[in-house]
Amino acid sequence: MADDHSAAPASVATTSRDGQWPLWEVFLQPPRGAPFEHAGSVHAVDAESALQNARDVYARRGEAVNIWVVPTTAITASTPEDVGPFFDPGNDKPYRHPQFYSVPRGVRVY
Amino acid sequence: MPDSPDAVREFEARIAAGETIEPKDWMPDRYRKQLIRMMSQHAHSEVVGMLPEGNWITRAPTLRRKLGLLAKVQDEAGHGLYIYCGTETLGIDRAELVDQLLAGKAKYSSIFNYPTLTWADIGAIGWFVDGAAIVNQTMLAKASYGPYARAMVRICKEENFHKRQGYEIMATLSAGTPEQKRIAQDAVNRWWWPSLMMFGPSDKDSPNSAELTRWGIKRKGNDELRQRFVNLTVGQAVAIDLVLPDPELRHDAETGNWHFGPIDWDEFTRVVHGDGPLNRERLAARQDAHRAGAWVRDAAVAHAAKRAAAADAVAKSAAA
Repeated sequence: MADDHSAAPASVATTSRDGQWPLWEVFLQPPRGAPFEHAGSVHAVDAESALQNARDVYARRGEAVNIWVVPTTAITASTPEDVGPFFDPGNDKPYRHPQFYSVPRGVRVY
Repeated sequence: MPDSPDAVREFEARIAAGETIEPKDWMPDRYRKQLIRMMSQHAHSEVVGMLPEGNWITRAPTLRRKLGLLAKVQDEAGHGLYIYCGTETLGIDRAELVDQLLAGKAKYSSIFNYPTLTWADIGAIGWFVDGAAIVNQTMLAKASYGPYARAMVRICKEENFHKRQGYEIMATLSAGTPEQKRIAQDAVNRWWWPSLMMFGPSDKDSPNSAELTRWGIKRKGNDELRQRFVNLTVGQAVAIDLVLPDPELRHDAETGNWHFGPIDWDEFTRVVHGDGPLNRERLAARQDAHRAGAWVRDAAVAHAAKRAAAADAVAKSAAA
């Protein structure tokens, strides 16, 4: 990266490469009680400015009533390679679904 | 290390099954490279696209127009950020992409190398350029790469406002004084053909089209999208009494399409390769803006450091 950067013309300011500011993941809560949803990310020097940037970038039209910003490095995620075995315990338990249970014909249970 | 044929086959089967590819999924090196190229060019286009319109913010004819244009230009900055953020999920730093743009090594949409000579050009940009972008981005909202597709969904929602504010400007000018009508028609004459070029070369001459289509990054060809844009726009021009500058334009009853004349691809090639009316000015304006903003970035860093030091001192004295 340093090499690429030095290739820039001398006229271009080479200080403060904002891409090196920490990355924050942005989650928005839409109005009317819906759950938070991932919107994207922003670069910012600290949490407060991350929140302000997130508002300006992702919530210009009333998309949110709440915003979370989380340092990207703080997120632990499942990996695609493990997807089979990781989610398997849930997939082989049909008795967790209502359709597993039979009720007398003609009875409304809900 | 080259991609293993088995892995590529499995990947292509996922695409064929309509699955979305996410950042941590395995992908062919070439898929990643094509996406970085395409997405970063798209992001750069949003950013450079602010320049022709920014010129007119202080000269907008009314406060209503000024508010609309300000909001539109702010949206374009946001769109650039959505797409840079999506591109970073492919493992490249935004700062590196911005450096490539500032160093003149990156491409962006050629349309922004044309000048905005009168207020009517702002109308024509919203109507044609954003109109064409909507056609293209609606297709890209179904792209196989999740972060790109999601950025497009977000952008498409906002882009309709851009098109309508442009069309309203044109309708108002067209119904105005003879001079207003004249500049509206003049803007149409200058922006129509470059707008058709925005969809890129014909598929048979487009080096990337086949690969992008095979991997579900593009779901429709350049020619098909261009035709859709023409079909949509003809009626809009008639409705506000402006004439699209193409003597060959006629409705083809057999295909249901509007036939249009040949595009000057030599002009397109010239502008892409840096010889458009304003390529150098646009780059210089971006470099100036980046340099002029340096103190803001420096101040943000200094402010954050000061606050962190103060918080640290409070924590220490509480512990003492």
